Amino acid sequence: MGESILDILRSAIHDGTPVALATVIEGEGAGNKLVLQSDGETSGSLGNEALDRVVARDMSGELEAGRTGTRHYGPNGEAREEALSIFIESFAPPPQMLIFGAVDFTSALVRVAKVLGYHVTVCDARAIFATIKRFPQADVVETEWPDKLLNTVGPSLGIRDAVCVLTHDNKFDVPAITAALKTNVGYIGVMGSRKTHENRTVRLREAGVSDEEFKRIMSPIGSDIGARTPEETAISICAEIIALRTGRDAHSLKKGSGPIHEPSS
Amino acid sequence: MKEILEDIEKWKKSDKSIALARVVKVEGSGPRDPGATMAVNEDGEVAGSVSGGCVEGAVVSEALEILKTGERKVVTFGYSDDEAYAVGLTCGGTIHLYIEPLDW
Repeated sequence: MGESILDILRSAIHDGTPVALATVIEGEGAGNKLVLQSDGETSGSLGNEALDRVVARDMSGELEAGRTGTRHYGPNGEAREEALSIFIESFAPPPQMLIFGAVDFTSALVRVAKVLGYHVTVCDARAIFATIKRFPQADVVETEWPDKLLNTVGPSLGIRDAVCVLTHDNKFDVPAITAALKTNVGYIGVMGSRKTHENRTVRLREAGVSDEEFKRIMSPIGSDIGARTPEETAISICAEIIALRTGRDAHSLKKGSGPIHEPSS
Repeated sequence: MKEILEDIEKWKKSDKSIALARVVKVEGSGPRDPGATMAVNEDGEVAGSVSGGCVEGAVVSEALEILKTGERKVVTFGYSDDEAYAVGLTCGGTIHLYIEPLDW
């Protein structure tokens, strides 16, 4: 007796490896399931080999994009047919947030990021500040220079991930930002007053950051909600991350019109 | 799904039969995206949610029925003038749920 579909899902989700589940929800064989693991291995069947092959290919694409939704197929996986409705569910590991700088604001940002489901790493080169005791909710606390940490974890960063630089000290900020720009991370936010920002912009230009790269840097960090406290600032930062991902200007819903949620597939 | 795995595990260990309701499609404004999952065991205990609390009660009744019949089906909850007194989403959207026994 092999592992059940649920066992496979559970262990992949537990290990944080991507996994997709397809279920026939309407048509012949309703309830049939196929699970696709990150190594390409499949278990179960939706009904026949041709159908499994086509759907597994689609599952792989959906999993990469982290999408979940219903698709339609013919009995043997034919496109543009509607005999079968198949629900494809992607279980991707949680997005990552790297926070550079173990400061007051960091603790609040860790807490808000955890609410949003991020895997959170706090990194500071100063050992006395970068302790798990100060950031008990962080998943990882590293005593390291930002650019060194980014050299290690940078290649795993993608569009859903975020880098927040809260040190507002050029000695740490500049290497952190230039290293983050070399990754595919979806969000780079950097804390500081307007004055700090202007000064840092000069330093970044000296370090060779291009106009195109500057467009990726959200500085000063955060949405314009008038945040004052570390907690409010954390909400402001996360609001900006969400708005950037959805392509919205983060003003009040009251001032706009149209649907509150983007239509989903 | 992820947040309810622990409850599912616990229920399976005590041999409870379980039904799973998953949001498979949302039209218009809906509180939860496809993939939102709720599990209901034979005692009517619930883990997870599929909306902002608008349809959960009705989902429990459907799930308990499905645990008796073993049937699998797509159930739609929406709002229209005719159904003003039926269960629906106050946000005016329509959600489609797939409800089935967790026998896999």
